Amino acid sequence: MHWIILPVILPAMLAPIIGFVMRHDISLARITSIAGTASLVAIAAGLTMLASNGDTHVYRLGSWPAPFGIVLVLDRLSAMMVLLTSLLALVVLVHAVVTGWDSRGRHFHALFQFQLMGICGAFLTGDVFNLFVFFEVLLIASYGLMIHAGGRERMQAGLQYVVMNLAGSTLFLFALGTLYASTGTLNIADLAAKMPTIPADEAALVRVAAILLMIVFAVKAALFPVQFWLPATYANAPAPVAALFAIMTKVGAYAIIRVHTLAFGPGTPGTEGLVASWLFPAAIVTIAVGAFGVLGARRLMPLIAFSIVGSMGTLLVAVAAFSPTAMTAALYYMLHSTFAAACLFLMADLVVSRRSGDGLSTQPATMQNGLFAALFFAAAIAMAGMPPLSGFLGKLLILDSLRDPGTMTLAWTAILVGSLLTIVGFARAGSVLFWKSTVVPAAEDVSEEMETTELVVPPATFMEIAPTMAIVAVLIGLSAFAGPVTGYLEQTSSQLFDKAGYISAVLEPAGED
Amino acid sequence: MELLVASAIGTLTAGGVYLLLRLRTFPVILGLALLSYAVNVFLFASGRLAIDMSPILSKYGDASYTDPLPQALVLTAIVISFGMTAVLVMIGLGAFLEAESDRIDIDPSEDREDKTKDGDA
Repeated sequence: MHWIILPVILPAMLAPIIGFVMRHDISLARITSIAGTASLVAIAAGLTMLASNGDTHVYRLGSWPAPFGIVLVLDRLSAMMVLLTSLLALVVLVHAVVTGWDSRGRHFHALFQFQLMGICGAFLTGDVFNLFVFFEVLLIASYGLMIHAGGRERMQAGLQYVVMNLAGSTLFLFALGTLYASTGTLNIADLAAKMPTIPADEAALVRVAAILLMIVFAVKAALFPVQFWLPATYANAPAPVAALFAIMTKVGAYAIIRVHTLAFGPGTPGTEGLVASWLFPAAIVTIAVGAFGVLGARRLMPLIAFSIVGSMGTLLVAVAAFSPTAMTAALYYMLHSTFAAACLFLMADLVVSRRSGDGLSTQPATMQNGLFAALFFAAAIAMAGMPPLSGFLGKLLILDSLRDPGTMTLAWTAILVGSLLTIVGFARAGSVLFWKSTVVPAAEDVSEEMETTELVVPPATFMEIAPTMAIVAVLIGLSAFAGPVTGYLEQTSSQLFDKAGYISAVLEPAGED
Repeated sequence: MELLVASAIGTLTAGGVYLLLRLRTFPVILGLALLSYAVNVFLFASGRLAIDMSPILSKYGDASYTDPLPQALVLTAIVISFGMTAVLVMIGLGAFLEAESDRIDIDPSEDREDKTKDGDA
């Protein structure tokens, strides 16, 4: 079953080829990159088919038996995340190529492929230290993508982002050291097998490790109080890169779901309930931060970035319940919010490139004002969670699953009020950008903005709008086919909580494959 | 021995965190370097401290050995943190040349003023 490692190998091979061989030929690099990402989609679809029967497939690198060698584990969850990554990447890549973002700096495609390698690897790996390595791979590629095309503010925001994540990486290593010192293993399945045997009164070090790991993943997932890097980063990153980064926060959420459910979740006397008791209030505050940020943002890109913070809060509130039904809802919301965030950024790119700056101020309406307004409201409705798009169903599922009397009041209040504030924020932004702008007479501004009118961008072609439309179509599909999707996700979360199945699949003697 | 290692890790971490909070490019780079030294020693110690022991099991019965896995982890961590420091220096240099300031935090009010200036010009 060598297919399992292909999502890592393929981008890893393509990236240096694009970087070294095709660096002077942008069209060749574009074709190779798009072809590579399209085949990644095909591979991911194949892997999802493979995993959909409920087996946990294990790929042992170098055929070393599990706790000693590194393993890649393919189950429903990781297959779904790889498929999500590849689909998002394909759409974002087409957008970057069509709008010419990829030619505004060097090595966009090589970095993009390295980024995909890191993300796919992080979703597939079954070893915590290997997870650290793939985190570094995706981070170092994201540093390059973040400062793609340069510019003063972007470089400064990029520097902040790098420093923040390097500090996070150091913390990750401290967490891994503590974990290894206290359990003697870094294999997730082996951890899951050993954790229940550690009695509660000897688990102090393990508890420290679990919380340190949660902080590290929280940095990636933009959870309060370590969410502050996200708005500046996403608002200043090139728009297609910001759209791809929509999956990066989900890597953090995935890591919390995987590691803290399997190794530190239910059934471990030392750490049971520990993570949830911290994760839940932090997620509630994250929702509030996101909602107020959306309400207070003065520019479009930070507004979208704060709406992502809010959506991560909603997602992690559901994760913090650590129950199969809540996890199903969380996974559905994760699929939805990734696409919704990417849709908002791609749409914002189309709009902002036709206005002077992304400030929420009235300016003469752009040529295709109606079209952009429609796209904006579709994306905003999805993100804020109004019917008929999938955000509504996602939030409904989450609300429905959080019926535990201890948490219900707080969670429902936070999610509902947060959604309301987000709707208000988006409605205000949309009406300023698209509605009031039609009132501003275009003739007056011509004299003032004589110099900027050189920058007039031609109306968006069909190809430029197609990626955004494709994501809207995906969002519609997610709500139209919500039944089959949640059916798959229910099986996914029951597989996730089936610790014994995961442990025996990974740790059983090699030789069956 | 334990006291020496523990206080070394503690001192390095404290110095690293202090420098990290200076929010100027050069101290921050030094601070992250100190932090990565601290974490390397820490990882090394996570396999228990042992002196004069080989990291392989001896064939001839003597079962005392030091854990080889942390050494492999440290090696990986060193390589990664070294590469990351290089990237950070380059990005820091780029940001300094663009902004003519080595501050890491962005002052939003200053940004807005600059923007209006750009708009007027």
